[in-house]
Amino acid sequence: MASALINVPKKAKRGEVIEIKTLMSHIMETGYRRTATGDVIPRDIITSFTCRYNGAEIFRADLFPAIAANPFIAFFTVATESGKFDFEWVGDRGFTETASASITVE
Amino acid sequence: MPKQTNSTRRQFLGLAGGAAVLGAVPIVTLRPAEATPAMLAAAIRNVVGEAEVRAGKVKLDVPPLVENGNTVPMTVSVSSPMVPDDYVKSIHVFNEKNPQPNIGNFHLGPHAGRAQISTRIRLADSQKVVAIARLSDDTFWSASVDIVVTLAACTEEVI
Repeated sequence: MASALINVPKKAKRGEVIEIKTLMSHIMETGYRRTATGDVIPRDIITSFTCRYNGAEIFRADLFPAIAANPFIAFFTVATESGKFDFEWVGDRGFTETASASITVE
Repeated sequence: MPKQTNSTRRQFLGLAGGAAVLGAVPIVTLRPAEATPAMLAAAIRNVVGEAEVRAGKVKLDVPPLVENGNTVPMTVSVSSPMVPDDYVKSIHVFNEKNPQPNIGNFHLGPHAGRAQISTRIRLADSQKVVAIARLSDDTFWSASVDIVVTLAACTEEVI
């Protein structure tokens, strides 16, 4: 059900600073909301997001319930070589989702 | 005689009001509905330890007036050359009045090129948001913004 949207430039010049935008579909239930009958809805959030560039970790985020539903995270990196970005989201209730994008560096 | 009844009624109301206040206080202290400034300070201490946090270098970009606290766009940027011997290690964002003081921790490195992150956050009330950046020389820099929220997040009921 969950799905990711990744925006990485397809081509970049060597040494160029590029922006990477990611959007993951997830409810990010805070654990502080209650149903009409007063029961607490258990927490269900993404707790960690990692981005690897050709295997090396370039960005990591720890998320808390204060991150909005469908977490959007944008960050920057230097395009050093052609290759692949691997993204990983890990969350409550055994949630894991991965995605990848490739880039050509000239 | 009417005077007497009046005063007893007043006493009764006073007592009842006092009892209500006394009754309400333990409930509030048992289950804090929001992070207090003390919790914010503790969360910041958890990250920075004993180091001094100075204002500056960090730019926290959030709209000052928010209509819907459920998704508030936020951008944090730090002025740093981002070279191997002078870069931003991490950016930490905190709030004052959500149920939890943490919003997110973002770990960067010298290869980030630009020390800037964007995300969308939830705000349960009009409050202060604090961003703290840890540089490669282990100094901490911060910026804070006061935000007015008209529709709060987190507390609404699910139907």
